[in-house]
Amino acid sequence: EGIPTLIAVLSYNNPGAAVAAVDGLVKLGEMAVLPLLNLIDDYNYGGRAWAIRALAGIADPRALETLLAAAETDFAMSVRRAAVKGLGNLRWSKLADEEIQPTQARVLNTLLLTCQDPEWVVCYASVVALQTLATIVKVTQPDSFWNIRNHFEQILNTDVDLAVRTRVQLALQQLQQDSVVVSNSHNS
Amino acid sequence: MLSSPEQDSKIGSSPDSLPVSGESLTIEQAIANLQGEDPGLRYYAAWWLGKFRVREPAAIEALIAALDDEDNRTESGGYPLRRNAAVALGKLGDSRAVQPLIHCLDCSDFYVREKAAQALGTLAESMGENTALRTCIPKLMQLLEGGIDAAQPIPGSPHLAQPYSATMEALGDLGATEAIPLIEPFLEHPTELVQYSAARAMYQLTKNSIYGDRLIQALKGDKLQLRRAALADLGAIGYSSAADAIAQTLAENSLKLISLKGLLEYQVKNHPPESSHLSDAAIHIMALMDDLL
Repeated sequence: EGIPTLIAVLSYNNPGAAVAAVDGLVKLGEMAVLPLLNLIDDYNYGGRAWAIRALAGIADPRALETLLAAAETDFAMSVRRAAVKGLGNLRWSKLADEEIQPTQARVLNTLLLTCQDPEWVVCYASVVALQTLATIVKVTQPDSFWNIRNHFEQILNTDVDLAVRTRVQLALQQLQQDSVVVSNSHNS
Repeated sequence: MLSSPEQDSKIGSSPDSLPVSGESLTIEQAIANLQGEDPGLRYYAAWWLGKFRVREPAAIEALIAALDDEDNRTESGGYPLRRNAAVALGKLGDSRAVQPLIHCLDCSDFYVREKAAQALGTLAESMGENTALRTCIPKLMQLLEGGIDAAQPIPGSPHLAQPYSATMEALGDLGATEAIPLIEPFLEHPTELVQYSAARAMYQLTKNSIYGDRLIQALKGDKLQLRRAALADLGAIGYSSAADAIAQTLAENSLKLISLKGLLEYQVKNHPPESSHLSDAAIHIMALMDDLL
């Protein structure tokens, strides 16, 4: 049972070791979720930040509240970035059916907010996460799908960061291709 | 070599950045503070005006005046306020700063000379082929005179006689092809960071992949500090062949992402997509970036 050891390493003030421990915890997956959530209450910010990265990698819905809060408010951009990525990759199948749509709506709201983060990399991560979400909700919640698409169109007209704009272009292109595939499969 | 804007290991073991702003100032306050009596507030205001890209004439004029400051001195005779003012002027892209910055290349403080050279290079990004800006080229070339014989490490000094790295990078950013013969010998300099700056500038001035490949080689070095420097250089020159090597090198994801961002933007700017479809190279770079988030 290496989980307590790996979690202890997160608070050692050694970035190299912490990165390795996060990788290990992500590989262990859902059994590491509760011990990590307990660490989040810790006073040690460093340990907490690495724990959020591990939770983002595992993307278990039990970490939802933590990831939402970190994506919107953590002061370290690399923690916001990781939290956003985790929200995009959330394992929806682990939620009860009736939970899925309301949770997706909450995640969508947060990602629309983090799209406006002052750091380009958090915006970039938000675009990637929104693209994933758009693909997932396309059939179940067409309104959300179009909400994301419209938001992407808006960013193209406003966002000053070239890398973010280019990533939005790619997202729109890929969502378009998905649509073509979907409509073709309908016709066949 | 520019120091990276953010490293994941800056504060304790947290994957971290500095807060967005240390204290909130208004533009008027910052300009007033810069011209005030308090050395700490003046120093901070100079940084703040650059950081928040305040391009108002009053800010530019106050920063140019700060390049001649005599009050703010370190024990060894350095001019901290001048250094910050030079950095800020580099970010603001105003041609009025060019002559005063050239003048700073003669300052007795090495770090003022370094920041002024960097600022002139940064101005090239916003001012492009501006003829007023190009007047700094002969003066920058002078700093390289004497080649690597004059650029040997000085015992007991943390820096070389001149800011060779910053100077070569600026000449590269300025597209100063006349400086190639002066820069090339620095590829053999004993210090890796100086070699990298030379390779970076040589690539920009010749577009010869030999020099970009030298920086890819540097990503395999055994010192993290050197790999970080090579990441910054590759991002700055937008050398797209380096994309996979950047993604695989051992360094913080934040730095790899910044480097790949440089490659991506270079691709998009220099190979405008046909019929709004993205190039395969750009798509490949973004796939690598997505994986590093």
